[in-house]
Amino acid sequence: MNNTVIVRDYIIPADDFALAGEASSSVRKILTQLGVAPDIIKRTSIAMYEAEINAVIHGHGGKAHVEIDENKIFIRISDEGPGIADLELAMQEGYSTAPDSVREMGFGAGMGLSNMKKHSDILNIDTEVNRGTIVDITVFFNKP
Amino acid sequence: MEQTYFHSVTLNKDKCKGCTNCIKHCPTEAIRVRNSKAVIINERCIDCGECIRVCPYHAKKAVTDPIKSIENYKFKIALPAPSLYGQFGPNYSRERIISALKHLGFDYVFEVAQAAEIVSNATIQYMKNEDVKKPVISSACPAVVRLIQVRFPSLIENLLKIESPMEVAAALSKQEVHKKYGIPLEDIGAFFISPCAAKVTSVKSPYEDKVSNVNGVLSINDVFLPILEYMKKHSNDEIEQFSLSSAIGVAWAGTGGESDALKTGRRIAVHEIKNVINILEQAVKDGLGDIEFIEALACPEGCLGGPLNVENPFIAKVNLKNEINKILESQSHNVPKVGDVKELVWKSDVEYRPIMKLDDNMMKALEKMQKIDELSDSLPGLDCGACGAPSCRALAEDIVRGNAKETDCIFKLRKKVNDIANQLHMIEDD
Repeated sequence: MNNTVIVRDYIIPADDFALAGEASSSVRKILTQLGVAPDIIKRTSIAMYEAEINAVIHGHGGKAHVEIDENKIFIRISDEGPGIADLELAMQEGYSTAPDSVREMGFGAGMGLSNMKKHSDILNIDTEVNRGTIVDITVFFNKP
Repeated sequence: MEQTYFHSVTLNKDKCKGCTNCIKHCPTEAIRVRNSKAVIINERCIDCGECIRVCPYHAKKAVTDPIKSIENYKFKIALPAPSLYGQFGPNYSRERIISALKHLGFDYVFEVAQAAEIVSNATIQYMKNEDVKKPVISSACPAVVRLIQVRFPSLIENLLKIESPMEVAAALSKQEVHKKYGIPLEDIGAFFISPCAAKVTSVKSPYEDKVSNVNGVLSINDVFLPILEYMKKHSNDEIEQFSLSSAIGVAWAGTGGESDALKTGRRIAVHEIKNVINILEQAVKDGLGDIEFIEALACPEGCLGGPLNVENPFIAKVNLKNEINKILESQSHNVPKVGDVKELVWKSDVEYRPIMKLDDNMMKALEKMQKIDELSDSLPGLDCGACGAPSCRALAEDIVRGNAKETDCIFKLRKKVNDIANQLHMIEDD
């Protein structure tokens, strides 16, 4: 069986909204070249972008690690930020701890995590207060 | 790969020096330099005209129809783009320009600005439909539509599915002439007076299976002098009065015209292809918040910056503003009513053109991607363009696609020559 895997690693800079989203743009380009269906690409881009933005806003930046194989894309966004105290609450639409300055830029509406969940097939969040957060997103190319 | 289609943007080989200006600016990486001449990869070109703008040797040009081609029809309609009015200074009113057009051999003039108003009204109706996917992206600029088709397929559903002002103008004017004068439709030729190369393509090679109502496209560049000469010879008093379109339609020539006409909602107007790409990049990720409408135009300053214009876009902008102010002072104008918005809605959708795809088979595509990654890493990463591709990454892609070889890179070639020289030395030493 073929097990070719395309791997990408990106640095997500802290507090830099201008650069936030570069990793998801780059991934979108790769998926397009691989011939992944447009709606799958869109879901992946939205989910990854949300996670990237979160790492910028809350996590003091972080890293994105991407693995693409024949069947799926796996994305791990990790930061060493403050962590999420109440994950269940954070998953609710509209819940946000983003400061006003961030909200004024059009971010931090409290839709991030619920949006991520909506657009990924598997979403795993591993978080610990004062240690950081790891978000794992998986999107399948062909629905099993 | 799909069938190649007609392109307005073409290369004049004799003028091309084989430099790297155009390959660097092409938004779809559609140009390579091969054997010291630029080559346009047909299926990738979206006719945005960037290469025409940046070529220092004027080797890129837009093919349009010659003025004499209007003679192929018994009855000739001119459809001037609103940007035509920006080409002339304050002494030349819109009435004078249109009079002059009539004396170039046209029997009838229908302002595309008038159709633009109709499209604006239809868009307002269209936006009220709650099923419409927001943000709605204007489809008036054919280069942007083609860009979305090749690079942002998931945004196809956001495109405003209403015919462009040019198409509406052609259809309406033909009907008008047919009813007024009883002339058979096949004897009527509608000619768009264009600032834009992409419009030529959208007439000669419409999206998918559409058929254009426009019979030919003349370049503003070609009609500019004849119009000016006529206007200079004929004073203001000689002109007839027309029912002219209002400020709304005329403003479409510049950036912001189309979006301002919608009056409500959060709208943005983006111009210049690289800015359009940035915004679409955001839109793909649902990153535009509550923005409802995107006016996206490929040329700087919108259609006033089109490659077939004569006047500098910033001067044209002032000229147009003058004209708009005049209209606002004088005119009470009835915007032509749209009978039924549905008639202006696209009959068929545009389709995704997956030209960036490496292979139809996912496994093969992955393998190719891996090879591209490896090759990319081995290239110098200077993106110098000397190989004829816009970047090292693009060269790596070309090699894997079988369209180039590693030694097209001069650094790779130099190393290879060095290696051979060293080997020769070793043989001599033996």
